[in-house]
Amino acid sequence: MTDHLLKVENLETQFKTPDGIVHAVNGVSFTLNEGETLGVVGESGCGKSVTMLSCLRLIPAPPGKIVAGEAFFHGQDLLKMDAEDLRHVRGAQISMVFQDPMTSLNPVMTIGKQLCEPLKLHLNMTDQQATNRAIELLGLVGIPRAGERLKDYPHQYSGGMRQRVMIAMSLACNPQILIADEPTTALDVTIQAQIVDLVKRLRDEMGMAIVWITHDLGVVASIAHRVAVMYGGFIIEESDVNDLYANPSHPYTLGLLGSLPHIEEKVHTRLFSIEGMPPVLYKKPVSCPFAPRCTYVTERCWQENPKLETVSPGHRVACWVDTKSGSKR
Amino acid sequence: MENEKKTLLKVDKLVMHFPIYRGVISRQVGAVHAVDGVSFNILEGETLGLVGESGCGKSTTGRSILQLYKPTSGDVYFKDKNLVKLKSEPMRMMRREMQMIFQDPYASLNPRMTVRDIVGEPLMAFGQASGKEITERVADLLKLVKLNPDFASRYPHEFSGGQRQRIGVARALALNPSFIVCDEPISALDVSIQAQVVNLLEDLQKEFNLTYLFIAHDLSMVRHISNRVAVMYLGVIVEIADRDELYVNPLHPYTQALLSAIPVADPVYYEKNRRKVLEGDVPSPVNPPSGCRFRTRCPIADAQCAEVQPELREVTPGHFAACLKV
Repeated sequence: MTDHLLKVENLETQFKTPDGIVHAVNGVSFTLNEGETLGVVGESGCGKSVTMLSCLRLIPAPPGKIVAGEAFFHGQDLLKMDAEDLRHVRGAQISMVFQDPMTSLNPVMTIGKQLCEPLKLHLNMTDQQATNRAIELLGLVGIPRAGERLKDYPHQYSGGMRQRVMIAMSLACNPQILIADEPTTALDVTIQAQIVDLVKRLRDEMGMAIVWITHDLGVVASIAHRVAVMYGGFIIEESDVNDLYANPSHPYTLGLLGSLPHIEEKVHTRLFSIEGMPPVLYKKPVSCPFAPRCTYVTERCWQENPKLETVSPGHRVACWVDTKSGSKR
Repeated sequence: MENEKKTLLKVDKLVMHFPIYRGVISRQVGAVHAVDGVSFNILEGETLGLVGESGCGKSTTGRSILQLYKPTSGDVYFKDKNLVKLKSEPMRMMRREMQMIFQDPYASLNPRMTVRDIVGEPLMAFGQASGKEITERVADLLKLVKLNPDFASRYPHEFSGGQRQRIGVARALALNPSFIVCDEPISALDVSIQAQVVNLLEDLQKEFNLTYLFIAHDLSMVRHISNRVAVMYLGVIVEIADRDELYVNPLHPYTQALLSAIPVADPVYYEKNRRKVLEGDVPSPVNPPSGCRFRTRCPIADAQCAEVQPELREVTPGHFAACLKV
């Protein structure tokens, strides 16, 4: 058995709402290897962010609750670790970049102060050391005149620059894992391309593993080594990036890829659309969560939820139907 | 075919500046140059895609065309009438012909009105129907956008994003308009729902011979839906051409960079192609650069670009670009 950097097993997270308990994550298992970039793809509400937040116990509880599962990081279960130990993991060994750089930066603290915070906290640096390192970090993420800009407040930065600051902050302690939760969704395409390139460069220089959460199948194709597609709180397909795009197997993955217009489209074709909408799960599904929207649906799909099964080396799919041949599995 | 089509909308040197006031006596100290001399035509039954990054003035252009903002200068001819010069009542009557679909389906529907009242409001405002007639028309409209007519008595919060956007589309169609400004109608929706709404817009266009101004920042979707595409940067149109021509043969360096920045759902593509990544950010529209506005980020700009503001010029038939180097 190879040693995985992060190994998540059967993670289940629920949220108590006035309308009932929402089953956001329903038994997700995955691994992350050293230096690897895992893309987690899915639409809003599919549980992709909650899965990663659960691993770091960043789910607001209540209403959220991690009801089952394990998340091993260096042999230690993050979900059972005591709070003080976890604090040393969060931000130092596993750090996070969020979607909206404006709301995740403190508007009344200078950029410099916010950048120095993790350095002083986790690495016990002095003020002077921290400031020097902060300047270095800002330079690393491509912010010009870093020394002067440390004294600025977040509102004086543009959206793309704020996201660069967030990345600098998350890299401050040389983490082994960077969790990026839709880091480019709020940005324009040209800025998005800058950020993706930046993260790729830093990944190659620093060798950290990345979990890149997104709904954009295009961005994932450009950065991930391996991709997990989520739907209704389950991973429904997982594969090496090239194989996923070349041989998408789950009907949902097929639908997602089909609903994208092709940029090199020569003749005008109608977009494939997945009818219906993503489910809100008030009950843990016994049937396949995608069954109501699926064009391949069979009798069995309504009775049993398929488990992730290996269909070819490194490619796992949770579906009762072999979408290539149309035959049942 | 193309030549037979009539021009439905003609925008001529449209300028929209928003004044900035400062100080105790609110003196005007400057202006946001949101739209700075934009000209284009839209033919009947055509979809013109308008793309650009946030803050480039694409939404402002759409809104000033509909006179939701009073343009600073310039003319907008719709069916040969100059909308800028119209008095308020004739303008109001004109609005039946031109409608808008908004970006945020959560903010653009009044949460305290039922779907019947939302979709029926335009009918009531123009006295086209009353009472039972409205209910019937609303039911028809809901069927048209593939929503269950029984939903008419519900409130917006009971619907998902995609369904709300359909309600917005139904409202826009209520008065049988000929022209609809679609202001980022799919940006707030999930991928699988985007395709549903785009297909709906295309079906409706065929059925009612609608003309769209489709504003978006998603270039691949714009290519899919548009006949022609205009690219905006910092308040000016930098390139406009037939969609295939623009995507296959982009002339302006900004268009080239924008196209190369599109994420493509194909990992093999990234192994073959090197992307051109633009440096820096979009400058502030309060104080746009002299000469060509793109020069601060342009890979091929030189001294001349800082002095002369390039005009849109027809480089090949139907393909216009505003660049000195083209």
